[in-house]
Amino acid sequence: MPLVDIRDVRKSYGAVEVLKGVSLDIAQGDVAAIIGRSGSGKSTLLRCINGLETYQSGSICVDGVEVAGEKTNLRELRRNVGMVFQQFNLFPHLTAAQNVTLAPKVVNKTGETQAMDLAKEMLAKVGLSDKAGNYPSQLSGGQQQRVAIARALAMRPKVLLCDEITSALDPELVNEVLRVVERLAKEGITLILVTHEMRFARDVGTKLVFMHAGKAHEEGPPKALFDAPRTPELRQFIGAPA
Amino acid sequence: MTYKLQFGELLPYMGVLFEGLLFTVVLTLISTVAGVGLGIGGAAARTFGPPWAGRVFVIYVELIRNTPFIVQLFFIYFGLPALGLKLSESQAAFLAMTINLGAYSTEIIRAGVEAVPKGHIEAGVSLAMTKWEVFAHIILKQALQKIWPALSSQIIIVMLGSSVVSQISAEDLTYAANFVQSRNFRAFEAYFAVALAYLGLAIVMRAMLRGIGRLMFPGH
Repeated sequence: MPLVDIRDVRKSYGAVEVLKGVSLDIAQGDVAAIIGRSGSGKSTLLRCINGLETYQSGSICVDGVEVAGEKTNLRELRRNVGMVFQQFNLFPHLTAAQNVTLAPKVVNKTGETQAMDLAKEMLAKVGLSDKAGNYPSQLSGGQQQRVAIARALAMRPKVLLCDEITSALDPELVNEVLRVVERLAKEGITLILVTHEMRFARDVGTKLVFMHAGKAHEEGPPKALFDAPRTPELRQFIGAPA
Repeated sequence: MTYKLQFGELLPYMGVLFEGLLFTVVLTLISTVAGVGLGIGGAAARTFGPPWAGRVFVIYVELIRNTPFIVQLFFIYFGLPALGLKLSESQAAFLAMTINLGAYSTEIIRAGVEAVPKGHIEAGVSLAMTKWEVFAHIILKQALQKIWPALSSQIIIVMLGSSVVSQISAEDLTYAANFVQSRNFRAFEAYFAVALAYLGLAIVMRAMLRGIGRLMFPGH
């Protein structure tokens, strides 16, 4: 059974249909890169997976649990689904370590000592052990995003959603964040990334999804797809010769 | 006509004046804590609560902000006994001040809540926190930090406005001044001294509130 199973999902904002029947399987350990033009529904799809957005029809199951199910405990579901945002969204009134430990303490009732160990472990994972006591305003964009990744990982999710996590960064800061994600991928964590980093999608991804006009237009192994796109839309999007 | 200032005439009444000052300070402290608490609840209800709770607070806020404080005070002290709720002068004063500050601080804190980026709420929710946990741990402190200067000013205004409670014979600083000048007929001296006391109190409170702000909101 796939870890994330998306079946014919449709979503509209008023009269505008953003997702027009998306189907997609993400298996345990997959690193799925979702690419596509602005407005193709990539981010909306991602936000549907942890229930930040609702959808009108179809189904999304995470680890066998239907996101929009009437009896679904969204809190339980979200413990399994981490998310990292384009705008970092760190809590400015908390230090890096406190950002990491807030949810474990509040949601999982992790004790103070354990929480401190957890902060150390997670910040080490993103290479920021020395920044535990810093507030977000004292960190660079790249460092902030790495803290945001550590914060999401602290809940030990089964799948991590990354919504254009390098798009708000200065070019020279993009790589430090991508290196962290690459390390996570090697550790075997299941990742779903909406990204514009084509090289990264090709080198690190195990699966490439090209969204077009509200549908998963084309999907497959990244290298194969980049080398030989089957549809003219993908060909045009990645600038491959026709 | 000349008037000879005789501040010495106040000396026998220093005890009365000091007790009045103490009452004003305690009245302000308690109603500040309760009023800001009420304001936090109101702001939470208006931004995160069910629609009916939001509407209740809209009505409450508009009712209080658009009527004079002294009328609110009289209503509580003279009006409520008709419904069987008889309060002492002090109880009525505490209640009126709390309700008054509660309404203003609801609006002030709500503005702060709305200034917190929506992304922080999404981040909290994505970390499996409930919306009330998000409010308590993520939104509230940021909101208070944003509006702390405005809230501080409102607290000072309420402290100064507390002088009105002397009208129901709550024995505050202004009541003490009325008492003193009715005994020694030294109105200028009595009210001058009390005006200075209010001024001093306001300056000290402002400094304290600034200090509390610095302690509560590090890292900005």
